[in-house]
Amino acid sequence: MLMLTCPHCGVTAEETEFAPGGQAHLKRQGPGSSDDDFEAYLFARANPRGVHLERWRHAFGCGKWFHAARCTVTLEVFGTYPARTAGPPAELRAAIAARRPGWPEGGR
Amino acid sequence: MARADIATEGAGPAGFASVAGAGPRGMVTLRGDLTSPVLARAVAAVTGTGVPARRRIEVAGDRAVAWMSPDELLVLVPRAEAGAAVAALEQALAGEHHLAADVSDARAAFTIRGPGAQGVLMKLCPVDFATLAEGEIRRSRAGQVAAAVWRSGADEFTLVSFRSVAGYVIALLEFSARPGAEPFPA
Ligand SMILES: [Zn+2]
Repeated sequence: MLMLTCPHCGVTAEETEFAPGGQAHLKRQGPGSSDDDFEAYLFARANPRGVHLERWRHAFGCGKWFHAARCTVTLEVFGTYPARTAGPPAELRAAIAARRPGWPEGGR
Repeated sequence: MARADIATEGAGPAGFASVAGAGPRGMVTLRGDLTSPVLARAVAAVTGTGVPARRRIEVAGDRAVAWMSPDELLVLVPRAEAGAAVAALEQALAGEHHLAADVSDARAAFTIRGPGAQGVLMKLCPVDFATLAEGEIRRSRAGQVAAAVWRSGADEFTLVSFRSVAGYVIALLEFSARPGAEPFPA
């Protein structure tokens, strides 16, 4: 079972209280972007075997979006962090790298 | 009476805990900057309590304020005073970015009472009730629908759901509380 801690309300709950929102930190491609970039923005998603950064929403709780770093193989959750960030905070990056040496390059 | 009006009805069938609609409640959603002193004064004027800390509910007699999210409170007042509460909040928060809405007709409240009350909820909500503190409000789900629950007395919980699913919620609570379905039989 996947347990997540919402960084907004602090509740730790199992995944049925949350709604998954797919890959995190996509860069939006808007007007003026190339067709290839726009297509990739809409459809191309990483499907890693290992560390994955994802969006989740505390749908049955406080309703807020947040990010989670977890392992798609073991379901280990390295940590969660607020949605208004462009990437994991430094402590979390260090925690992931400690558990998966080499991440993000080849650490999967 | 339509089943959806169950929230205003009395006690249901006898179970290992008593389950009933808690009757009409005045409920006001208040969104804004929860750290604002202006908002704190507005809340205090309506309820007599401070702004609750994260996941807390502050109760003062027949009024209460619950922390719903980092920018949302639920203000509970007697049903007849909900309109006046919205007006008072809007007046006190004029000029501040906020939203106050009377959601009394959109929500329903239920009371689960008795030594087995926690067992009724344990089967329905993915919540560790052993760690749910006095004065803490827990938003989660009851079966398939969103719900908020808190300890409103000794061996008593209050649960709030959307009114549109009140019939489902009372049926769920009664089913969970039916005799012989205790999670920890004596
Ligand atoms: Zn939350």
